[in-house]
Amino acid sequence: MADALRIKLTGRAILVLVFGFLYLPIAVLVLLSFNDSGLPTSWSGFSLRWYVSLAGNSDILHAAWNTLIVAVVATIIATILGTMLAIGMETRKRRSTPLEALAFAPMVIPDIVLAVALLTLFSRLNVAMGLHTIIVSHVIFDLAFVCSVVRARLKNFDFSIVEASRDLGASSFTTFWRVTFPVLLPAIVAGALLAFTLSVDEFIIAFFTAGAGRASITLPMQIYSMIRFGITPEINALATIVMGVSATVLLISQWLNKEQMTR
Amino acid sequence: MSSQTARSNLMALPAIAWLGLFMIVPCVIVFAYAFLTRGLYGGVEYTLTSDNFLRVIDPLYAKIFLTSVRIAGLATLFAILIAYPAAYAICLAPKRAQPMLLFFAVLPFWSNYLIRTYAWIVLLNREGLINNLLRWLGYDGEPLSLLYSEGAVIVGLVYNYLPFVILAIYSSLSRLNGELVEASRDLGAGRIRTFWRVTLPLTMPGVAAGGVFIFVLSIGNFVTPALLGGGRFQMIGNLVYDQFLTANDWPFGAALGMVLIAVMVTLLLLQARASARFSGETAEAKNG
Amino acid sequence: MLNPRTVGLFGPRFGMMNLRSDSGDLILTLRQQREKTVKASGDVRASVKIAGLAAAAMLLQAGTALSADLVISNWAGYMAPDIAETFKAATGLTIEVVNHATNEEIMGKLMASQGKGFDVVFVSSPFAHILNGQGLLEPLGAEKVPNLKNLYPQATKLAFDPGNTYAVPYAWGTTGLCYRSDLVEGTPDSWSYLLTPPDALKGKVTMLSTDRWLMAAGLLFKGYSVNEKDPAKIEEAKNVLIEAKKTLLAYDDTTFYSKLVSGEASLVQAWDGWCNYGIAENDKIKFVVPKEGSDLWIDTMVVMKNSEHKEAAMKFLDFILEAKNHAWAASNIFYEVPNKPAMESLDPELIKKYPTMGVSPDTLVKYEELQDLGEAQRDYSKAVSEIKAAN
Repeated sequence: MADALRIKLTGRAILVLVFGFLYLPIAVLVLLSFNDSGLPTSWSGFSLRWYVSLAGNSDILHAAWNTLIVAVVATIIATILGTMLAIGMETRKRRSTPLEALAFAPMVIPDIVLAVALLTLFSRLNVAMGLHTIIVSHVIFDLAFVCSVVRARLKNFDFSIVEASRDLGASSFTTFWRVTFPVLLPAIVAGALLAFTLSVDEFIIAFFTAGAGRASITLPMQIYSMIRFGITPEINALATIVMGVSATVLLISQWLNKEQMTR
Repeated sequence: MSSQTARSNLMALPAIAWLGLFMIVPCVIVFAYAFLTRGLYGGVEYTLTSDNFLRVIDPLYAKIFLTSVRIAGLATLFAILIAYPAAYAICLAPKRAQPMLLFFAVLPFWSNYLIRTYAWIVLLNREGLINNLLRWLGYDGEPLSLLYSEGAVIVGLVYNYLPFVILAIYSSLSRLNGELVEASRDLGAGRIRTFWRVTLPLTMPGVAAGGVFIFVLSIGNFVTPALLGGGRFQMIGNLVYDQFLTANDWPFGAALGMVLIAVMVTLLLLQARASARFSGETAEAKNG
Repeated sequence: MLNPRTVGLFGPRFGMMNLRSDSGDLILTLRQQREKTVKASGDVRASVKIAGLAAAAMLLQAGTALSADLVISNWAGYMAPDIAETFKAATGLTIEVVNHATNEEIMGKLMASQGKGFDVVFVSSPFAHILNGQGLLEPLGAEKVPNLKNLYPQATKLAFDPGNTYAVPYAWGTTGLCYRSDLVEGTPDSWSYLLTPPDALKGKVTMLSTDRWLMAAGLLFKGYSVNEKDPAKIEEAKNVLIEAKKTLLAYDDTTFYSKLVSGEASLVQAWDGWCNYGIAENDKIKFVVPKEGSDLWIDTMVVMKNSEHKEAAMKFLDFILEAKNHAWAASNIFYEVPNKPAMESLDPELIKKYPTMGVSPDTLVKYEELQDLGEAQRDYSKAVSEIKAAN
């Protein structure tokens, strides 16, 4: 009993430390978003002015919305394709080296090479570019990361239970949804979170595969283009809102779930 | 047997098609440049040459590659040392809390890479928060130079990619239902022995996947070396980027890119093979 | 999501607002439906199917690009924020402004796509030179852009493009040393303060990291041209710069002025305009051009040959060259503009506060223009790689 308690406390302590590390710069960022002068050098009083000016900055808000669209759609497609690829690779009787290389390639290909290559292709084929071309491009590396996480979980997976299920007369579809899928779910969720996070932050490939117009500007493109004249604290304000809203939505949904369960 | 293979191939097909169409095809175009000549104003002239590959063989690029491998390797090591206990601790939390913890681990990374990095500069610089805090606590020596060093680059990389490593390790760690671990303990194995002989080998695929993530993302990163490293470190990703955009030397950039991809894919295949053998052995041990 | 200004610009005419909110609603409905389905049946299949539908809806929305009369790419904040309104009021044409972060990125994009989709692009002079060499630029001329007459005569004889045949200078200036007069003794009027700093400045100086300017410091220190092509001289400059790395705080071409403001650095290599941002925050900050000389940089506007709206593009160049429009850049971002009536209209107080704004065109053109290096670019890149990789 004391032993279990000790393990539990150690676990808690580790979580506090790691989350402290993860949120340390975030605390700085949130603090700066409320700093009146907007300068990181000194604190000149609490102010909401950066939030007010963010509300009037259609460029940033528009870019944030585009980023959300790109990340959500790319994540959905990549999660499905990546999971299928992982299952395909791990259920093979023999490893296929070309297939393995293909699955690794999107992770190691330098972004700029992929970016230039895609733009060259799209423009030679006269493809109209926009958010859809960014999505298509993001799926490439997103799916490789999803595949990798799912494969890690499938290693040592006992495929005999799949066979057992089939022997018992279940269709392969039922087998997948009732047997394989639940085992994979944590890896699929982890892979999707990973893909989403990568997509939200990606700059070079998005810049090259975006259309020539405001309609397909994503947030990283907007922020990087501000480097020359200084990134305003509006971006800190936006980041604070994004994280605040996501956290609130999640906490509420969790709470609602709990309510429902207890009822 | 053959129907199983057919089914496997069918599952992999959509992804293969996607990668074939949107990765292989365009990259073939760019890689063809590697055999051509740079035009006077950049661009490409259609004169065949192997010159670009000869230029890749230069101690300078080997040095940059080794520096990148060292920095990315150290970042990988530290990230795993932090992420493993973190993922383990998440698995120890109540089942219902686990997705929440994962979510809160990635949440900071839905802000933007650039502003997170600037936040680190605000923390670490000589007139920054940490030095001010030390001064406030009574430290009155020279302010600490925490930035613009290899250490700062590594901290930045570990920070930015840690959640990915946690996710990867978690997804293979959460599969251990505790029964195996308990069985091992029941059989008289100590906690440490159980960890080394049972838990760690079974979660190795997750560790490997997470390690690969941070390694490949770090080696291609150039924002962190530029901002936290003060531009004092040249990473391999930056080198390729410079050829395409600064030097306007696409043929050489293509050659460097090809060599880099070949080296990295080979390393990853070797790593995959080694870890497959490793987990194969443990699987046998488990069955035997 | 969009403020009234943008809606007024693009909304009613192109129906973009409607499109957006329609598909937004669709997505919302789909999401609600999805939540219901998931709760009702607990079946994952349905939610996957609906997620697919939502993806399709979002893709559909993603594909709807709006079309303006002109697409202009520029650095964020380099033009008046209300440029679209004023241009529309003057000409009836709509413009869409997109941003790029660096010359290099937009160059890569223009080269890979042959400039398709862009009409007017802002790039620095060596890049304009390359684009023209690639045949990607449309020729200009006084008959198409009458307001070229507003340029200082010196700005029409620039070596990279005499007679403004393919590029219109938008802003110009030089590179020098930006320093804290309260932390540096005397006036640091030589590149040696940067490259072989006195003890008090060791570890407190930063240099620009972009290859041309990094190399320029070493070349000028050695008494060579900023466009030097002799490999032996490039090698010499490289060695100086490798040695200088030991006393350097960092290579920085984005946040150097905030390093000065915080006191983290005392002296930085800087573009004159950027030093002014530091001066705006701390009046102890000053700018000096080293006695060995410096470079003249020019940011330009060019029209793409593949543009389908060349006439409108020329109108835009002409509009910018109007004194009051061009003066915006000078009085808001503290860069000198090569426009005579625009510079003459500036508030004398501004020039008092930011002395670089008062530098005469004659003085500016004495500095050496950065030119495309051709084959020697390879040597520069390699030298910079070696410097960055040195330890």
